[in-house]
Amino acid sequence: MPALINVPPKARRGEVIEIRTLTSHIMETGFRHTADGKLVPRDIITSFSCRYNGAEIFRADLFPAIAANPYLSFFTVARESGKFEFEWIGDNGYSSTASASIIVE
Amino acid sequence: MPTTRRQFLSLAGGITTAGVMPVVTLRPIEATPAMLNTAIRNVVGEAPIRTGKVKLDIPPLVENGNTVPMTVSVASPMTATDYVKSIHVFNEKNPQPNIGNFYLTPSSGRAQVATRIRLADTQKVVAIARLSDDTFWQIAADVVVTLAACTEEMN
Repeated sequence: MPALINVPPKARRGEVIEIRTLTSHIMETGFRHTADGKLVPRDIITSFSCRYNGAEIFRADLFPAIAANPYLSFFTVARESGKFEFEWIGDNGYSSTASASIIVE
Repeated sequence: MPTTRRQFLSLAGGITTAGVMPVVTLRPIEATPAMLNTAIRNVVGEAPIRTGKVKLDIPPLVENGNTVPMTVSVASPMTATDYVKSIHVFNEKNPQPNIGNFYLTPSSGRAQVATRIRLADTQKVVAIARLSDDTFWQIAADVVVTLAACTEEMN
């Protein structure tokens, strides 16, 4: 399982909920060298997005200054029951997705 | 970097006073305050940046610069007409001045993001928020880092 998603399973309509995501990735900065002086090429996640029933509610551009295994916490208003879809895109064609569902009462 | 840390340290061992050690040579590339300004201007343009509204929670002293928890929040009602469009975080002395750009919507409900960042040195971290009326607000925090991130060798 490459990603850990924390979305409350249930919420009241109109409630502000926190969404937390953690994904497994080395986030190699591209500024480090090996012992024999070679530059270690950059390998990071550059973009994250979250869609709520198809509409984008949060997006982030990530840089090498984001720690390995990127953690993100953000908020949204629970409008309706449905699905959150998460997507991470990065160097070397990296792409990863995850989803979580919510029941809004 | 042609000189390895081990070679450098054995060389520097010959110098008795730690105060004169040219530690700077261990970090060949750093974002300078000028790079920080350029990175900020790339986002903000020529608009004035006011201080306030933004809150940056980051430890003032961190032992390990490889993972520093950081929370940025903005005082905003987050309504359809008055909300935070984006939050941008910068640093002063990492090899690159950008840390992250975060894009919110009125349906975010609360203008707050949290993540974990890397800091290569003791330095200033700057958070800037763009509101829906296209005004920019900032806050800066100083962080002392005892173990730096980014520039160590890979084994």
